[in-house]
Amino acid sequence: MAYLLNHPGEIATLVWQHLQMTLTALAIAILIAVPIALLINRVRWLSVPVMGLLGIFYTIPSLALIIFLVPVFGLNATSVIVAMVIYTQVILVRNLTVGLEGIDRSVLEAARGMGMSLWQRWWWVQVPLVLPVFVAGVRISAVVAIAIATIGAKFNAGGLGRLLFDGIQTNRIDKIWAGSIAVAILAFALNGLLLWLEQCSQPANQQ
Amino acid sequence: MGNILFEQVTLKFSGMARPAVDQVTCEIQSGELVVILGPSGCGKTTLLKMVNRLYEPTKGRITMAGKNIKALRPTTLRQKIGYVIQQSGLFPHMTVANNVAVVPKLLKWPAQKIQARVDELLQLVKLPPADYRDRYPAQLSGGQQQRVGIARALAGNPDYMLMDEPFGAIDAITRSALQAEILRLHQHLKKTILFVSHDVDEALRLGDRIIVMNAGRIVQFDTPFKLLTQPADPFVHQLLGADDMVRQLGQVSVDAALLPLPDPFHADQHPAVEANANLRDALSIILKTGAPELAVVDQGKPVGRLTLDHIRTCAREPNC
Repeated sequence: MAYLLNHPGEIATLVWQHLQMTLTALAIAILIAVPIALLINRVRWLSVPVMGLLGIFYTIPSLALIIFLVPVFGLNATSVIVAMVIYTQVILVRNLTVGLEGIDRSVLEAARGMGMSLWQRWWWVQVPLVLPVFVAGVRISAVVAIAIATIGAKFNAGGLGRLLFDGIQTNRIDKIWAGSIAVAILAFALNGLLLWLEQCSQPANQQ
Repeated sequence: MGNILFEQVTLKFSGMARPAVDQVTCEIQSGELVVILGPSGCGKTTLLKMVNRLYEPTKGRITMAGKNIKALRPTTLRQKIGYVIQQSGLFPHMTVANNVAVVPKLLKWPAQKIQARVDELLQLVKLPPADYRDRYPAQLSGGQQQRVGIARALAGNPDYMLMDEPFGAIDAITRSALQAEILRLHQHLKKTILFVSHDVDEALRLGDRIIVMNAGRIVQFDTPFKLLTQPADPFVHQLLGADDMVRQLGQVSVDAALLPLPDPFHADQHPAVEANANLRDALSIILKTGAPELAVVDQGKPVGRLTLDHIRTCAREPNC
C-alpha cells in the first residue's frame, strides 16, 4: 500500500495504460459483437456454430492465446488487445442474443404493424429493451479484460501487470501487493460504474 | 372513410400443401364492423395481416377506398390503419402516454397536439389520464393494457382498424366489458373494423356481418341473424350452434318483435324490459318472474308488450 502512495506518477501511468488497453479492447469487441448478434438473431441456425466457436476460444488459456498472436501482431499491446477482444466476444454475443430473443414477439409485431421502419424499430424498441442485458455483458467483459490486460505486461504491453511481474522477478513483495491491489481497485471501480449504468438502463417498470 | 375490397386474394406459404388463404373475394363496407370467424388454422389471421401488408398475397388484389394497397409504402399504409393484437404488444419501456403517442410521433404531429390527443384517447377508453398517463404497462391489468392498446391503435385517427383476437387472453367478465366498449367506440367513431375471433358469441355480439372461414376459404359472409337462421352448409351450422334457439333469440332485438299496446295497458303491472334488449333477455325475465307478459319500455315509457307465445313464434319463424 505504501508503494502505491509513494509512487503516484508511476502508478498513474500504469493505470492509464491498463485502462487504455481495456477500453480499446471493449470498444472493438462491441463493434464486432453487435453485428454478429444481429446476424444470429436473423439466421437462427448460425447460433450453435458461432457460439460453439466463441466458446472454444474462451477455453484457451489467455497466456497461450497471446503467445499464438505475437507472431502475427508483434510483441506489444496489439496482441494483448486482440486476445481481449476474442475473449469478450462469447460474453457479449451471448448477452446480446439472449437479450434480443427476450423481447416479446408481440411487441415487435406491434411495432411493425404500427408502421415503424426497420431503423425506428431498432432505436425505439429493440435498443432500449436490450440495453440492460447488454450492459451487464459489457460489465462482465470489462472485468475479464482487466484480468487479461494484467498478463499483457509479460508481452511488453505495459499496464499494472508490470508491477506484479517486476515484483516477482526482483522479489519485491511490496510491488506485488501494490500491483494486485491496484488491479483489484480498477476492476471494482469499472464494475461499479457499469453496474450503475446497468441500473440506469433498466426500464422503470422493472426497477 | 372507406371500404376494403379483397379480389381473388390467395396466399400460399412455401412448404404448405394448401394455401393459407384461398381465392378470397369480398367487400367490407365503409364504417362496417366485420368479424372474421373460424377455427384455428382457417386463415383468418393471415387474411387480416394482408391488409396491413404484414403478409403479401401470392395472388389477387386488395384495395382500400378504391386504392390498391401496394401503391403505398408499407410503413405509410400501416400508419393509416389501427392495429390491435392479442397480447396487447405494448412497449414495456414506455409509459402509457408514450405508447399511445407512437403513431402521432411517426406522423410527426407537433408535441402539443400529441399530448392533447393522448389525453383525449385515454378518456375515450375510460382510463383517466391523470392517473394512467405516466404508468408503465406492467403496472396495468390485462384489461387495462388492452384498453391502452385500443387507444394506441386509434391515436393516428385511422379510418380502419384491424383487431387480431384482441380479447382472446382476457377473462370473461373483462372481455364482455371490452366488447361493450368496442361496440360503443364503433358506434361513436364509425371506423371500418376487421376483427378476427374464434369465439362465436363474441362474433355474434360484435359483428355487423361475419365472415365464416374454413381451410382458407370464405364459407359464408352474412349478418349474424342470417348465419343462424340460414347457415350455408353443415360446417357453419355446427360452428354457430344454429340449433341453439336461445342463441338465436339473442340476435333479435325486442324492438323488432314487440306487440302493440292494448288500450287500457297498465305497464306497472308487468315486469319491464328495455326496447334495446334482445329476445333472449326478454325470455330470461319471463322465466325468472313467471309473468306471462312483459312491458317493453323505452326511456321509462311503455312502447309495447311481449308475450311468451310471441317469443316462441319468433324462434320458429324468424320474420315474426
